[in-house]
This record gives sequence, structure tokens and C-alpha cells, in this order.
Amino acid sequence: MLCDLPAHELTRLLKARQVSALEILEDSLKRIDQVDGRPGTLTPGEITAEDQCKVHAFITLTAERARAQAQAVDDKIAAGEDPGALAGAPVTIKDIFTVAGVPSTAASRILANFIAPYSATPVVRMEQAGALVLGKVNLDEFTYGSSTESSAFQPSTRNPWNTERVPGGSSGGSAAAVAAGEGALSLGTDTAGSIRQPAAFCGVVGMKPTYGRVSRYGLIAFGSSLDCPGPLARNVRDAAQMLQVIAGRDRRDSTSANRPVEDYLAGLEGGVKGLRIGLSPDYFRITFPDPANGEYIQQPLPQEIEAAVLRAAQVYASLGAEIVEDVPMPNTRYGIPAYFVISRVEAASNLHRYDGVKYGYRTPKPQTDLRQLYRASRAEGFGRQPKLRILMGMYVSAAQYSAQYYQRALRVRTLIRSDFEQAFDSANPRRIDLLLTPTTPTTAFPMGAVYGDSVLMQYADQLTVPANHAGTPGLSIPAGLAADGLPLGIQLLGADFSEALLLRAARAYEAATASQPSEGYKKK
Amino acid sequence: MPYQVVIGLEVHAELQTRSKMFCACAVVDPTQAAPNTAVCPICLGMPGVLPVVNQAAVELALRVALALDCQVAASSLFARKNYFYPDLPKGYQISQYEQPLAVNGRLPILTSQGERIVRIRRVHLEEDTGKLTHIQRGAESYSLVDLNRAGIPLLEEVSEPDLRSVEDARTYAEGLRALLRRVGASSGDMEKGAIRFEANVSLRPAGSDELGTRVEIKNLNSFRAMESAIRDQVARQSATLDAGGQVQQETLGWDDLNNTTFSQRSKEEAHDYRYFPEPDLPPLAVDDVWQARVRAALPELPHAQLQRFMTQYDLPETDARLLTEDAATAAYFDHLAAPQHGIAPRAAANWLLGEVFAWLNQTGGGMGSLPLTPAGLAELVRLQEDGTVNLPTAKRVLASMLESGRGAGEIIAQEGLSQVSDGELIAGLVHQVLDEHSHELAAYLSGKDTLVNWFFGQVMRLAGGKANPAVVRQELERQLHSKKA
Amino acid sequence: MSLTLAEVEHIAALARLELTPEEKERFRAQLSAILDYADRLQAVETSDIPPTSSVLPPHSALRPDEPRPGLSLGEALTNAPLTEDDQFRVPPVLE
Repeated sequence: MLCDLPAHELTRLLKARQVSALEILEDSLKRIDQVDGRPGTLTPGEITAEDQCKVHAFITLTAERARAQAQAVDDKIAAGEDPGALAGAPVTIKDIFTVAGVPSTAASRILANFIAPYSATPVVRMEQAGALVLGKVNLDEFTYGSSTESSAFQPSTRNPWNTERVPGGSSGGSAAAVAAGEGALSLGTDTAGSIRQPAAFCGVVGMKPTYGRVSRYGLIAFGSSLDCPGPLARNVRDAAQMLQVIAGRDRRDSTSANRPVEDYLAGLEGGVKGLRIGLSPDYFRITFPDPANGEYIQQPLPQEIEAAVLRAAQVYASLGAEIVEDVPMPNTRYGIPAYFVISRVEAASNLHRYDGVKYGYRTPKPQTDLRQLYRASRAEGFGRQPKLRILMGMYVSAAQYSAQYYQRALRVRTLIRSDFEQAFDSANPRRIDLLLTPTTPTTAFPMGAVYGDSVLMQYADQLTVPANHAGTPGLSIPAGLAADGLPLGIQLLGADFSEALLLRAARAYEAATASQPSEGYKKK
Repeated sequence: MPYQVVIGLEVHAELQTRSKMFCACAVVDPTQAAPNTAVCPICLGMPGVLPVVNQAAVELALRVALALDCQVAASSLFARKNYFYPDLPKGYQISQYEQPLAVNGRLPILTSQGERIVRIRRVHLEEDTGKLTHIQRGAESYSLVDLNRAGIPLLEEVSEPDLRSVEDARTYAEGLRALLRRVGASSGDMEKGAIRFEANVSLRPAGSDELGTRVEIKNLNSFRAMESAIRDQVARQSATLDAGGQVQQETLGWDDLNNTTFSQRSKEEAHDYRYFPEPDLPPLAVDDVWQARVRAALPELPHAQLQRFMTQYDLPETDARLLTEDAATAAYFDHLAAPQHGIAPRAAANWLLGEVFAWLNQTGGGMGSLPLTPAGLAELVRLQEDGTVNLPTAKRVLASMLESGRGAGEIIAQEGLSQVSDGELIAGLVHQVLDEHSHELAAYLSGKDTLVNWFFGQVMRLAGGKANPAVVRQELERQLHSKKA
Repeated sequence: MSLTLAEVEHIAALARLELTPEEKERFRAQLSAILDYADRLQAVETSDIPPTSSVLPPHSALRPDEPRPGLSLGEALTNAPLTEDDQFRVPPVLE
């Protein structure tokens, strides 16, 4: 099936005129029709038994628009012009990015009818490279969450491997779509692990680039100093190709890195011989405060998770890499509390603009007072998760608490970054090139379970969020299946702008293990 | 009980850039442009947008900061000032807080007590808000929002509470405005809201060092409003303190229509703006090279120029102020009074402030519209001073020069306007007038002395206005005297 | 770190969020728990550590002062909930 082929293979076939863009598109649309079920809406009514068997990746399908794009690609090929590096690749866009003329909802009632007049830079670049945008896929509301369940557009996305499980979040729609063959690529965002964790849960490749590597223009903001747009794909080469297209300076984003983009494909098959790959004990456990007395206690990760990483280390060793054990990353335990504070201060401020005045939801109840208009519109428009984050953000940034919380969290962030700087420092005799860790402490958990008491779920982001604080890149690649039949992911973390190295190492593992996670889908 | 008045001023000035502070929308005159026609996703605060700093705004801000002798930070931070208001699209204003562009400056002003230095606490960049218009239609009450102005670059200058009187406050405000205009940073057009003031006013017992509780008055859009508001506040606070009460710290608005302050409770809750560094903008880098270039290119500043005109040209303060009010006038005068033109500065000043300004007022143009070079004007002044033409003639020649573009000498020669000073000729004219008006002569001789002025007028008329008045007077006196005998 | 209901109401007012009584209590409990966790940072030694508000170095990202056309009036207002006279319409501020 065309829709299950890698994107780079589709582009090759297209350029060789063995298949047309329209054919690729129609095949993707057929797959969507088969597996996705109804798209998320604000008024879903009851969730039926049928709903529970479908993926529900989409909020808005843009079939007609994609047909026009496919036609344009086919026209270019017919005319002998270069159709672009992603020509014919069907892609989905996490509905946190604006796409001109199409609803951009952030999975929230407050933006349910917002039609953006402009497209996000990564989207523009992908379209200019010939990609076919299938539509906007689901996410946790405003990206606040790790299961996609908090979306205002229900039914929310389910894991294609087992539809009683979550796809992860917040880029759950992206990961599920890619896993289910609804598009070969997806554009997601990672603020505390929201690309890497769903990628691990859905058995696909997901990458968080270095902060500033990909433009944030058009990304509806959550944690402005943490958000990173990035690729999800079914294989490493596709992820590398997509990153190649979207990376690079954007004058509309003052935080985008003014640094040339390397060729991520040139050295992709270069292998890992001589690379120093580290393992850190701080990433094989969850360190958290005992609710009873506040002392830090440690809970080791499930044996299965640890085993997957150790197996990967063995694979790397057999490929000629040097494994460095006991790499200290002592400030890992502070990642989540620092994240709670910093991200919520920024989030609360970023959500100020949703006031029912210029765009977005306004309460239909008649209002005679401006303040009441704000209060009602925001109360009715925001779901529970955004409200919680707004309240927290307001509290810890208040003048009397700012030093205690916000200022302090910024300093702790420096400490977290210093773990990475130290580990990758060339002057360090035990320095490493990459760090190999688990991506998540669990496999995909059941729908509805995320707000329970499990320590592993509460602190799940502990393994991914440090890289967001540090600004450094990371990716998750599939590493087989767990005993429960669900995918496992392993994570590689690198120094600033080490994407080429990360992709090369990921590719080496992929080639050596030849894992094919999409097989899982076919089992259905 | 005598109180000392302590005033600090905050000034917001719109910078004269072509595009907005953080986006490429054109800066338009919000009083002229159709609403919401100079907006884009960025200044509308749409989801997903990001700010990009306007280079020219930083350049203009630097000019002001350096002209005010501030310490400019090599790296400064933008910050978010968070609050809710319909004219604030993002729900926060991008401003500067903990690390502003510049601090510790000074502006000298000339007061009735001589020169004083007003210290500048800080100068920083921020963006303007949109415009909110309140509508009352019968029982219906609502507001309309125009975002054309949202995002226009603003420069905020905060003074230390160094001002001690309403007059000082006015002089400072005028001085700052003149400086802003002089360096090309702002038009200074207060009617269009290009400059806005906020005053912080407190009282303390005379001789005390401590600061009293201050009241902040916003929305002062003219010098007059500023003076009225400050006077009003001083009176209120005096009354309160006299009665043994305490001044409450508050923020007031000024109602220009009713000449009174009103409480701004609605913004009181916004006291906690929850400032934090703007994560969407990197620290603003202003290196030594940039600063040096801007400093070197600064023009002569208004205060220094005022002092120079007073000393170098020996002009009274009022004249010097008028001549240095704008750069073009001052430059023109410097040329006009240059030694090679050979005219006295006072004479030059009289001509420029008198006849030339009158013509400019009439035509409504600025110095740039004057079709007369300093050299050309100087020629006329010389010809008047050396007696070639008398003053009334000179004024007519000026009018002719302005209309035709011809030179003074050319006009005088072509129209034969040279003043007649020839004694014999004038004697002949006087004789003729006295001869032809025997009736009036008889009246004069029998005691009507005032007729001498009438005879004078007749001689001048006969002379076509060209006779040297002094010579005429002298000759007339001589001949009349001889008639008496 | 236990928040009171009054504190929750105060923050909600600042955030322009109307909360139901049930939400107030639920958020009170959740926020208290999260703040407890955030309080863990108090114990970290940070006196000599500079804050990282951004991982970016100071760099010049300035834009030349060239005006460009933005949105048309129609585009600017198309998503607006309520407009009048080509402007956004809101209720008055009552105090």
C-alpha cells in the first residue's frame, strides 16, 4: 500500500513517474477513511463502540486542498521541474500550527472557529517542498497534557496498536496518524517530551531539534522558551529529510538560530564506530519526593524498559561504539518542578490574548461589562487543563512570589543545562557524544488513566523534559515491543545542534535491528 | 505650613519610524487613517505570531539616550507587562523592565532660578496600545477598538523627582520635547498624541529630605493639561495635609474637559504586571561601535544651542528661545549672523523674528519653505543699515524679494528705490511742500506744532517714500525754524 | 503549600476566569499539590547560579524599517466575534 511506504520512497517513485501525487493522495485518503473514524468535534455526543476502535487522529481533513497540491506537484513533474524534496509525501499537521484558510484550533473551544490568515513557517517550507497536507491532527488542548485526552475535540485520538490505549501527548494525533499510515510524516511540537513520548507510545520516530533550529512562527505558543517544532516519521531517513526541509533561520522568529543547517542526509549511513555513547543511572529511575516526608526517593524503571535500552547499548557496542556507563546527570530530578514553574508562567501570559475581542470564542450570554465578558468567554472557552496552568502561572509569577518560584526555577534550569554541558564537554575525560536513555517509564497507558496516582505516570516527563530546559536535541526511535504488545522507544540525547549525529546513530540502530513498527498496525 | 512640591515626569514619545516596533505595518496617523487598515497578524496579537525588533526604533532610542547623557546598556532585555485591556491585543505589552536600554542621564533646563539639572532615571523602548473609543448611544454604552496604533514604537523617559514647581515641570517637558524633535526621534506633535505625559506629585515639609506619598496623574496630553493637573493636585494635597490628613497613594486620570482628576480604579488591580523577560526576543545588543557612531552624529542640542545663542550673539533669552526652537531656524540664523555677511546679530534677529516670521505665519510654511537664502537676506539688511534704503522701503523690498525671488540690490536698482539722502534735493522737496501748503504753514506758525508730522508725511509722499527720514526731519526743522524768524 | 479558596478566587480574578465552586475547590487542591512539588526547588543551592531565561546568546535579530502591507480590513475583522464601524466592539468597563 502506498500509504505505508516511507516518504522518501514515495518521492522516488513520483520523480521516476511510476506513481502520481494524486494516486498517493487517494491512497492516503482511503486509509484515513478505513481507520480514522469520525474526526474530533466539540459536540461528540456519546462515544460509541465503533468510536472506540478507531484512531480519531484528525480534527480537520483538508482533502480538496490536498488534491490541489497533488495536482500542482504532478504538473511540475510533467513540466520537468523539480517538485521538491518532500514531493508527494502525505503529511499531517498538529493543530497547534496555523495553516492559512483552514481552522487552527489548538484543540480548544476558544479557537474552534479561528481561520488563520497565514501559515506557520515549517508548514510553508514543507508545502514548498511538495508535501501534501492531509489535514490538522489532534492534540491535548493547547498542548497541555501527555495523552491527547484533554482535547476539546472528541473522540480524542487512540493508539493504533491498541485503541484502548492512549497515543501519548501532546502530539498524539501526529504519532497515531503516522503509525496508522495516515500520512507518512507529521509536524509536531515538543515542550516537555510531547513529540518523543507519543513517538515511543506509537512505535514511530520522533525528534525534538535544538531550540531555535526550527522556526516557531505560526506555532500557537505554550512555553515560548521550551517549544520546539519537529518531525514524526516511520523511519529515520524520513525524519532527517523532513528536518532538512523545515530547519533553518526564519527572520520572522527572532529566537530562530542564526546558524547554517547541516546536511542531515549526507552522513546518515555513516555508522557509530568510535562514538562514545553514554548511559546515565539518573535516567534509569524516577527520583521524586516522598509525599509523606518530602525526602527524595527513587523508583527504578520497569525491568523491560531498562532492558530495551541495555539491548540497544549492546547493539551500538557491536557496531563499534564505545559505551560509557555512569554518566552523572544529577539535576534530572529537578526537571519537572522547574518545568511546572517556567512553562506555566509563559503559558499564562501566552493565553492572555484569548479574550473574545479580536478572534476566537466569545460567550453568547449578553454582557454589559467588559470584565464579565472576559471572565465568561475564557471560562467557557478554555478546558480544565489550560485553566489549571493559567492559575498556576499567575500565582508563581506574582510579584511577591516571583523570586521564590520563577527566578529560582530559572537558576535550576541553568543547573540542568550544566549536566548536559558537562557530559558533552570536550575537556571532560569521560565526555560522551550522545546519551542513550529510555524515552518513557511506561508503554502507552490506558485511556482515562493519566490522572490517576501512578508515580511513573506523574513523573513520566522526567526523562524527556531536561532536554527542553537545556535546549538540546533528542529523538526517540522504536526499539521493539513490550510484553503487553505495545511499542517501546529508546531516546538519544545530544549536544546543541548535534542533529546530524543523532540521526546517524538512530539510523545505525534502525538498520541493525530492522524493526518495523508498522507491522503492528497490520496485525489488526 | 510651607510645603515643597516634588514632581517627577514620565514621558512617552512615539518614535518617527516608518514601520511599527515589532512588525512591518506602516506607522499611520491614527487620527486620519481608516480604522484597522494598518494591521497584521503580529500587531493584532493573533495566535502563533512573534515580534521582530525594528532597527530604526533602536537607532532613534539611542540618539535620545545619548543626547540625554545616559549610560547605555550593551545588552538590554525586553519584558512582558501583563494585563487585560481591549486596546492591548496580546494581553501584554512588550516593554523593558529590569534591564532597560539606558539609565542615569540628565537634562539641563533654564529656569527663573538659573540652570538646573534634571536627572533621568531611565529610558526604554516599548510598544503603543490601540485606541479605545467609548460610545454612548441612548441607553447603549460600549467601546470600539482600532488597532492601527497598536505596536507603534514608544520611547519612555522617566525623570527623577527633581522638579520643584509647575513652571519647572513645564520647562522640563518643553525641553525634552525640543530634544526629541531635534534628534529626529519624534515629531513632538502633542495634538496627535505623539508625546504624552504622566506626572508624579508629592508634597513634603519645606526643608525635609524624605519624599512624601506620591500621586500619579495619567492622560496629560498637553502642556496646559499638565500644568492644570499638577496645580490641582498640589492644592488638594496641601488641603489634606493642612487638615492633618494623609495623602493616599493612587493613580488618577485627568479630565481636561472638566478640569479635574478622576480615580482610575479599573487599572488599579493591574498593579502587579507580573513582569518577566520576553522569551520571544533575544537580549538587545548595542555595541560600542554603534553607540559611538550615534553619539558622533548627534546635532547641537537645544539647551546647549540656547546657551550659545545667548552668549555668542548677545541675545535676550526670549529671542534665543524663538530662534533655537527648531533646527532649521537656528541653522538659518547661524548663517545669517555669520561674520562674512557683516550684519549685527541683533539686527539679524529682529529681521528674522519680525518680518520673516510674519511672512511664514501668513503662508503657513516652515523655514524650509522660505524662498530666501541667508546671504540674500543679509544683503537687504546691510542695504538698510548703511542707509541705501530706509526701513519702510526695506520691508517692501523684502516682500518683493519673497514674491519674485530677485535679490535686494536688483530690486532697489530696477525700481529706483534708493533712499534719497542728498541734502540739496531734500531741501528742495521741503521747500516745495511748505510753498504749496501755505494754509497749513500759517497754522503751524500760529502755534499748531503737530503739523510738523503732517509736513513730514507730505515730504515723504512727494519723495515717493524714498527720502532719508532723518535728513528730512532735520531739513524740515531748519526751514520751519527759519520761517518763524 | 496549601492555598486558600480566597487565594484561588483572587488568582482567578486576575486571570479573568470565572470558576464554579466545584472548580475552585478542585483547583485549590490541585494547585496546592503542584506548588508543594515546585517548592522542592527551594532546597536547591542556587545562590551562585545565574538564571537562564533563554538558552539563546545575545544576538542581533533586527528588522530594517521598511513598511509592508499587512492584512486587509476584511481579513483583520473576519474572525472577530463582534464589530461595528470597522472596529472591534466590546462592552464598557464598569466600575
